[in-house]
Amino acid sequence: MLLAVLSGFLLAIAVPALHRMTGKYIGWALALLPASLTVYFASLIPAVQTDGSLLIEYAWLPGLDITLNFLVDGLSLVFALLISSIGTFILIYSGSYLAGHKYLARFFVLMLSFMASMFGLVLSDNLVTLFVFWELTSITSYLLIGFNHEDIETRKSALQGLFVTVAGGLALMAGLILLAIMSGSYSLSEILSSNMALHEHAFYTAAVICILAGTFTKSAQVPFHFWLPNAMAAPTPVSAFLHSATMVKAGIYLMARLNPSLGEGELWSQTLVLFGAATMLTGAYLAFSNTGIKKVLAYSTIMALGTLTMLIGVGTELALTAFICFLVAHSLYKGALFMIAGALDHQTGTKDITVMGGLRKAMPVTAVIACLAALSQAGLPPLFGFIAKELLFESLLESPIWSVGLTIAAVLAAMLLVGVAGLVAVKPFFGKSGNTPKTPHEAPFGMLIGPAVLSVTALTFGLVPFLPEAALLQAAVASVNGAAVETNLALWHGVNKPLMLSVISLLLGWGLLASWNRLQSRLHAINTSAARFGPEAGYFKFMEGITIIAAWQTRVLQNGVLGLYLLILVAVTFGLTGYTLLTQHGINLTLDLADSHFYEWGIALLLVAAATFSSTTHSRLGSVASMGVLGFGVALTFILFSAPDLGITQLLVETLTVILLVLVLFKLPEFGNLSSPFERYRDLAVAIFAGMVMTLVILAALDVQYFESISSYYIENSATLAYGRNIVNVILVDFRALDTLGEIFVLSLAALGVLSMIKLKAEDQHKP
Amino acid sequence: MKTNTLILHTAALFIMPLQLMFSLFLLLRGHDEPGGGFIGGLVAASAFVLYAFAFGSTATRRILRVDPRDLLSAGLLFALASTIPAFLAGQPMLTAHWWELPLPGDTYLKLSTVLIFDIGVYAAVLGTIMTFVINLMESEE
Repeated sequence: MLLAVLSGFLLAIAVPALHRMTGKYIGWALALLPASLTVYFASLIPAVQTDGSLLIEYAWLPGLDITLNFLVDGLSLVFALLISSIGTFILIYSGSYLAGHKYLARFFVLMLSFMASMFGLVLSDNLVTLFVFWELTSITSYLLIGFNHEDIETRKSALQGLFVTVAGGLALMAGLILLAIMSGSYSLSEILSSNMALHEHAFYTAAVICILAGTFTKSAQVPFHFWLPNAMAAPTPVSAFLHSATMVKAGIYLMARLNPSLGEGELWSQTLVLFGAATMLTGAYLAFSNTGIKKVLAYSTIMALGTLTMLIGVGTELALTAFICFLVAHSLYKGALFMIAGALDHQTGTKDITVMGGLRKAMPVTAVIACLAALSQAGLPPLFGFIAKELLFESLLESPIWSVGLTIAAVLAAMLLVGVAGLVAVKPFFGKSGNTPKTPHEAPFGMLIGPAVLSVTALTFGLVPFLPEAALLQAAVASVNGAAVETNLALWHGVNKPLMLSVISLLLGWGLLASWNRLQSRLHAINTSAARFGPEAGYFKFMEGITIIAAWQTRVLQNGVLGLYLLILVAVTFGLTGYTLLTQHGINLTLDLADSHFYEWGIALLLVAAATFSSTTHSRLGSVASMGVLGFGVALTFILFSAPDLGITQLLVETLTVILLVLVLFKLPEFGNLSSPFERYRDLAVAIFAGMVMTLVILAALDVQYFESISSYYIENSATLAYGRNIVNVILVDFRALDTLGEIFVLSLAALGVLSMIKLKAEDQHKP
Repeated sequence: MKTNTLILHTAALFIMPLQLMFSLFLLLRGHDEPGGGFIGGLVAASAFVLYAFAFGSTATRRILRVDPRDLLSAGLLFALASTIPAFLAGQPMLTAHWWELPLPGDTYLKLSTVLIFDIGVYAAVLGTIMTFVINLMESEE
């Protein structure tokens, strides 16, 4: 399982080499991986059918209780199978869609990494690993959206997607931590199997809000829906895979995953239903009112995401069955339609639906596949989309909350969706021929196989619904519900309310489609005026605000005067420390000096004298030298109080520092007074204040012992555990070796920084 | 920068090998007595710095044989390499491993990943300081 999840990353490493070997068949070669993963995941189905869920464990950070466990149950398996099977076709498709692209290898690297992150996300059992994979999908999708990075608009869209999803991701992290605190475990399977009433916990509201902020941004719910259509700047295979089949569904997945634990509260169901329904209507309307084929599909994806969210919120067994069916149906037809859209774009040279028409003569096969997929989207029998739609209506009619309103909303959305399906499948292929920039030809085989298989699957599932139902869907519904569910999928329910609603939506939708040309200009006008107040305008306002604040704080705080930085740093640190000391502890000035020796007084005086001299002298060399004296004095103290390691280190560092300073000294300009007397007295005051606070802190530290000293542990164990008698060194290289490793890396970075500074300066000076 | 004092030249020639030997001594005994990779590296660095003051940066580069930056990266690689045995044994990172090699006459040579780690620290410290000093001196010239 570990290999299955990570194989995408591993294969990604080999892509450049493979690309050289396979040439233009790279897509087919790489598709072997998701294809075999599909087989592998399918082979887990029987186990899930009998056991309900499998937990596959690997220890990762045992000390922190972080494991690489994988939870395989109906829900995660449905997602894993969707990702791997659609991924297979997407990779084949990308091979021909981007054939000859100069960054083809880079594209596949990103695509495979994304796929692997997605597997990790849906299969992780641990909340922390889940979050890591969640962020990985955000980052890889950022790189994929911005794939045509030379275009400034593309970069902007990519950043927008990243910004929105990562901002949500941060909230999600907080939410997941809260969830773990509430349930006492980071393991999903433990959280799901425990019978705790999480909705009665004090943190419930905060956790739900944080988690939903993450899932809503990821799955483009209103008001965060604006990033998804902009993400269509990505190459079409990316849009098809990330923004319809997988990534945006990550949010949906997480909501469904947590539904058994969090779904008992009112807050959960009402929020989901409210936002879901709003998203459904907004998405459906915007899809119908757009003219770019990819935008139309993107907005109809938003509609689907809203519907899915709403169904989780409704939460009855019927609604959850509808949820799973709609999820599968949507992934099948939307994946297919996106690939068709890409083929149209590729063959005609335009994305605009208004200029396409009559393409069925030039692209007959494409036309047939597109119609099949669009029929599923419109919810017509005998395709799987029909079953999903019937279930949707039926569950909303029986919804415990807001039944009538939701049903009307769903019928409206379904009606608009029929129109959208017509826009994608009827407009470009039928009617009079359009005037496209390129003369259209049939798309190549690699671009047709994916949509063909997906829409035929939708047809098969529709004709024999008990096949997917028995195999997996029932198990998936059970894992979303938290308990087993009797589902009963069928193509024909008899003449009942859902069927009638279906017919109504179809007729209205057909009417809308017929009048689309007339409506289009008016819808466009409404949209442009609405966009000025929409959430996207808010996003841009927010970004502008950030820039303004950044400019202001840079001007005030980071004005480049080093002395000011130091002043603020010292004043704030010691001000806060002093405040805490005064209010929390009280000052203790009793100090027993009875057993001090005269040479200790000597060293102390030397230190004071050296410090005073170095800050008052006008000679740089003298200042450096007296700083050296100060350092040696400190080293002497270390040695006197039996810390020879520290003493030696201090001596050596001090020597080398003086040498380095002397080397630099020759490069400095003549000594001059750059500060006014006021500034100097201010600095003096701050320095005295800091020194005083430090002294008081040390005095206070002498009579406080909050914890038992850790040194006794080292004294006892350094010889037995680490075979060394020098505790300092044992700590450095054995007990706390990771710290030391980090430190030498920091040291190296410092060396590189100094090096580049010197070199750059030298280059500057050598410029003519 | 390069000085022409005869005394410094002669002193550097004699003191430097002693300093280097001392630094190795500090490095190897560090686990039981004051010393270790960090201090050893500092002593070695001061030896080379002394040499650099006496004979200039070019001569120091020659006597170092490797670029200070390579020394730095070698140190990091050594420190990382010391984690491999623990990794292979499936233990947490940086778990120490010890091997005792029998020597003639009832003594043992104690080798460990800790020593490798310490050598890495030694090289990294030496490399860092020599990067500073040599490049500063060269920018001087």
